[in-house]
Amino acid sequence: MDILATAIGALDEAILLVLHPQQILYLVIGVVLGLSVGVFPGLGGIAGLSLVLPFMYGMEPVSGLALMVGLIAVVPTSDTFASVLMGIPGSSASQATVLDGFPLAKKGEAARALSAAFASSLFGGLLGATVLTFFILIARPIVLAFGTPEMLMITLLGLSMVAILAGRVALKGLAAACLGLLVGTIGEAGAGGSLRMATYDIPYLTDGIKLVIVGLGIFAIPEIVSLLRQDKSISDRSSLGAGWLTGVKDWWKNIWLSIRCSVIGVIVGVIPGLGGSVVDWIAYGHAVQTTKDKSKFGAGEIRGVIGPESSNNAKEGGGLVPTLIFGIPGSGSMAIFIGGLALLGFDAGPQLIQNELSLTYTIVWSLALANVFGAGLCIALSGGIAKLTTIRFALLAPFLFMMISFAAFQSRQSLGDLIALFSIGVLGIFLKRFDWSRPAFLIGFVLSSQAENYSNNAHQIASFKFRRGLEQGFEYIASPIVLVLLAITIISVIIGIRQAKEIFSEGEVSTGKKKAPMIFLLVLLAYTTIALINASLIDLTSDKIFPVTIATVGVIALVLLLIKMMISPEGDTLFADSETGKEGLEAPYGLWGTLGWLGLLLLLTSLLGFILALGIFLLLYFRFRAGLNWLQVYFFTSLGLVFMCFFAYILNRDFPPGLLQELFRLPWPLT
Amino acid sequence: MIDLTKVGRKVLRLVVLAIFTAGASITTSQAADLDLAGETVEFVIPFSETGGSAKWANFYAPLLSEALPGQPTIVVKFMPGAGSTKGANWFQEQTYEDTNGTLIFGSSGSTQFPYLLGDPRVKYEYADWNVVLASGTGGVAYLPPDLAGMMNGMDASGLAGTDFIWGSQGATRLDLVPLLAWKMLGMSVEPVFGIKGRGDGRLMFERGEANIDYQTSSAYLKSVVPLVENGQAVPMMTWGALDDNGNVVRDPTFPDIPSFKEVCDATPGCETSGEAWDAWKAFFIAGFPAQKMVFLPKGATQEAIDTYTKAFDAVIARTDFPEISAARLGIYPQMTGSLAAASLDLGTQVDPVAKAFVVNWLAEDYGVTLE
Repeated sequence: MDILATAIGALDEAILLVLHPQQILYLVIGVVLGLSVGVFPGLGGIAGLSLVLPFMYGMEPVSGLALMVGLIAVVPTSDTFASVLMGIPGSSASQATVLDGFPLAKKGEAARALSAAFASSLFGGLLGATVLTFFILIARPIVLAFGTPEMLMITLLGLSMVAILAGRVALKGLAAACLGLLVGTIGEAGAGGSLRMATYDIPYLTDGIKLVIVGLGIFAIPEIVSLLRQDKSISDRSSLGAGWLTGVKDWWKNIWLSIRCSVIGVIVGVIPGLGGSVVDWIAYGHAVQTTKDKSKFGAGEIRGVIGPESSNNAKEGGGLVPTLIFGIPGSGSMAIFIGGLALLGFDAGPQLIQNELSLTYTIVWSLALANVFGAGLCIALSGGIAKLTTIRFALLAPFLFMMISFAAFQSRQSLGDLIALFSIGVLGIFLKRFDWSRPAFLIGFVLSSQAENYSNNAHQIASFKFRRGLEQGFEYIASPIVLVLLAITIISVIIGIRQAKEIFSEGEVSTGKKKAPMIFLLVLLAYTTIALINASLIDLTSDKIFPVTIATVGVIALVLLLIKMMISPEGDTLFADSETGKEGLEAPYGLWGTLGWLGLLLLLTSLLGFILALGIFLLLYFRFRAGLNWLQVYFFTSLGLVFMCFFAYILNRDFPPGLLQELFRLPWPLT
Repeated sequence: MIDLTKVGRKVLRLVVLAIFTAGASITTSQAADLDLAGETVEFVIPFSETGGSAKWANFYAPLLSEALPGQPTIVVKFMPGAGSTKGANWFQEQTYEDTNGTLIFGSSGSTQFPYLLGDPRVKYEYADWNVVLASGTGGVAYLPPDLAGMMNGMDASGLAGTDFIWGSQGATRLDLVPLLAWKMLGMSVEPVFGIKGRGDGRLMFERGEANIDYQTSSAYLKSVVPLVENGQAVPMMTWGALDDNGNVVRDPTFPDIPSFKEVCDATPGCETSGEAWDAWKAFFIAGFPAQKMVFLPKGATQEAIDTYTKAFDAVIARTDFPEISAARLGIYPQMTGSLAAASLDLGTQVDPVAKAFVVNWLAEDYGVTLE
């Protein structure tokens, strides 16, 4: 009762602070800024916060907080636009939204998907804040109960979602996940710094490949290329179907799913170190498992949108717990938040909650309120923005190419970003073509470093404990939490494997001859084998054990597949190849020609720098690919250039430089 | 009441900014030289958000922003990996020409040690960089209360029979100073390598997975002092501080906590002379009194170096500096100009005998070879 009294006292004060008109004004400004920045994939909290930092220092704390919280809170809301409308995972928190959100947009139901997503986000955010209000006072021992083995188990639970998303052939899903995990190990190892599939001669690789690039390459590029080949609009219907009101009703019908997924979001968010990368997959898996008719998942099932979106905003609230209690950020945006707090003169940590409870509540409830404003604004906009899906795609695509190149470049500000984007994009196109689960690949990639780090650390600590005594060792690795998580993981794998055959994340795929799918398999086998050899040459056990294990599993899975392919007749589901189906044969444009346009933009960029390249690319594209008249060509080209320059200027971002810029110093924006 | 004019102005600027971002108007820009007005300076820290370097950078960033011409925004950017080698290797690739004074780098003892030891992963060269600030610091080791109770005053021999687990960033990092100290005291400490920052080590301690830890002073002041006040941790010793004659003395920031030298003197079997002590002291000097430094990338103009030096001088000369820095960084020298250069020398050179001793010990105890 004591806790309740303290909480309510501080809550009173906090609500007065939060609802003060001045704070609300700052909050709304933060929300608007966050939405404007967040709709661009790859630009999130960091870009947004650097916008407001100049205003932050010396600001009144509560106002500064409102501004910052408003901005951070809506990033996981606004990135839904890219996920649903373009099939681009806007951030790690909305990867799973793509799976069903984008097919809905293709069916002309973008407004429904968006508003259901925003309603879920809003609800998740509010539920998260409510739970936190009381939980934050008692959370410390609970958070401390999550040691390394427990975090490893949650990571494994996230990985177990591969089972359900594996696609028609389970072995292919497993191999795709292994490949994702392996790509995640590229670069310097976290523990000992040994190089894996990288060399110091190519500094870009030593740092590993970033999530933004993999997300854009694996999801966005294949989708853009495939849509562009059809030369239609995103929505395959000329009139938009269900509107935003339907989406809100959908959410209401699935309120229980939304509640459960929000709770999952809060719980996972509370555990430091996991971040947002698992929560949407766990929520998606949960949504699938609790739905009777699973046939529509991957093809536009609204529950597949509601689940992950409920969880990812709730997670932001949950992420405040470790951030505020321990000063350990629970996610990327929370890391920035700690920095912002320090600028305002507050240090996150136990003393903040003990001494400044009302301030803590101000943060929690500003977050909730920002969710209300953000989601409300987004719902209001979703009907209009959904109209984008009816525009002829050939007119949208060059701007998308422009945006993804720019976004990819922001990850490391190196030309290597563009090369990596293109290479991963090609991989993504083939994964899609031959029906290898792209979600499985992405899950593997996202969880790779966590899985490696936690298993290394847990193994080290466990072996010390075992050396001390069998009992101590088991007490450590077999804690009740670990056992419960293990049980959930096993159940989820079993259910997943059974259900995977009903979930077609790539839609129906036709099968064709043996040759092409087998060549692709051999390429994957070659990479995995080289990675295996490369990893086994590393001296430090801590750096080699993980890639060696994963690559071994990958090689076994691929060899089994190869044997299966050799004995199976043509036409077996093993030989899925979308080029032999409707999509490939009836498309008016070829795959390589279409991809070539992106290649052209990137090639020109490496020579002339981004802005000059973009100008030439847009001119050529609109004239020769889209077939517009010159007046329209000039109009659209300058539209693109002006927008890009303006956006980069406001955000204080650079453009990729090319060979030309190395030889001559040019004024901005040509730099 | 609120000062409406002030608030109004701020709101107005923000509204204008918001409208701009939402997409409305066009403005032109020009590359600025060393007036940093309107620029964003990236202060890159090769560690995670939770350790002492983060506290140090977050302390300096707003003050430096105020002192630099044009009051640029300073964003602290964290680039953790391989115990800071990753970030330092990245910084080595940067040039002043490309960044025009909008990039500074904060190194730490963990950046210096692999450099000193000739770690093959080190691709950076301190001689290429331009030091503009050097901050000394200290470190405090602490124990859970039950284990601390096994010490007899300053005599640590009661700890000899206990197995200690400790979250470490790597044996070739700053962590070798505590590791060697504990070994000299006869304690058996098993390091768990591969954590991303000292804050994670503290969390392991709080969770009970680790039963010993140490933090550099700024992180200790902020994150461990509350634990000590709650009775969850007890300080064991500091690494001490150097006096003007080069002797290790009590750390003035923690006058009530004995230094390692005192604990070692009081513990049978630990000697404050001889090979091990000399090696420990050499690496302590390289790692702590000259621990954290701010650099401009290679090729920086004298003008830029002077601008930053002057700005840091102005920060240190603030009348409130002793007060605010004591609370967040501890009482340690903050040096610029030739003093900073001297402490860079101190931190990046070590006696070959001490180096040989440490290399040999790392290979024997942890199988770490530096080939």
